[in-house]
Amino acid sequence: MQTERDPCEPGVVLRGMLAVLLACVACGLCWLLWSAPLAPGLGDAVRAASAQSGIANPVTAVLLDFRGYDTLLEIAVMTSTLVGVWALGPAPKLHERPPSPVLLGLDSALIPFAAVICGYLLWVGATRAGGAFQAGSVLAATGVLFILSGRRPRLGLPDAPMRWGVVLGLATFLVVALAVMGDGRQFLEYPPGSTKTLILVIEAAATVSIAVILAGLFIGGRPDREP
Amino acid sequence: MNGLTVFALTGVGLLVIGLWALVLRAHLIRKVLALNVMGSGVFLVLVGAGAAPDPVPQAMVITGIVVTVSATALALALVLRIDTATGKPTLPEDRERDLMDEHWQ
Repeated sequence: MQTERDPCEPGVVLRGMLAVLLACVACGLCWLLWSAPLAPGLGDAVRAASAQSGIANPVTAVLLDFRGYDTLLEIAVMTSTLVGVWALGPAPKLHERPPSPVLLGLDSALIPFAAVICGYLLWVGATRAGGAFQAGSVLAATGVLFILSGRRPRLGLPDAPMRWGVVLGLATFLVVALAVMGDGRQFLEYPPGSTKTLILVIEAAATVSIAVILAGLFIGGRPDREP
Repeated sequence: MNGLTVFALTGVGLLVIGLWALVLRAHLIRKVLALNVMGSGVFLVLVGAGAAPDPVPQAMVITGIVVTVSATALALALVLRIDTATGKPTLPEDRERDLMDEHWQ
């Protein structure tokens, strides 16, 4: 028990004032939640409109059809985050020790599964819980396993710079959003009938981009081979 | 029917705990963690305040989680940069403070 306090530390009075303030905030929020009448919500509106979007899962329908603009900007946020991290400097060194054999063994068991899970999540997003973000996170976890173990995927992938993968999702989304604009339709207003195909194309591209961006954020800086 | 469910109440609690740590802790990684706890509280209020699940707030929360993850990664990269540039992971006005809170009890 040490009673002497560093003069730089916030004192008891300050802490007490903060506690009172935060208690007021909590009570105010609780009172608001208690007393304010609940709006009926948009669930019925979404259910009524989901027949026209061709996507049975209401959350996916909201994400990519009714509120596609949010999702587009979200991918833009992720892309610009990676640009920000790369701007801060080169990536720190990760491989100071060789990876343990347990990790390598786990890799060979998990990575094939992860690829299957990723594809399943992407496809099932149309009807149940799933979608581009979930699939992209699983794929990103695979990328992190690769980074941690220092292995490289031997899939004959084209030796393209990482930045192509980073912008793929945003670019596809923008191209599709602009391409559907003919016939008096607006930005992001998919033509009826082909909504599901277009959403699947966007989701597949977004999955790749989300995975590359999340793995790139894990690296924590600009990789060696990127300019 | 009101919106004060167990989930919303937990969310308000998380928000207040996060705000407390955000103001009082000097270590920048603790501040980043506090922001994340606050964000989780806000998401819990958004999703849990209604009686029935509503797809629109759920979609907003998915968007919010992804943005939070991106923002956290950028914040951590900035903390690393501040640490290498100045030698201490704090804001300038907190340089002299005890980062591990070993001296207050």
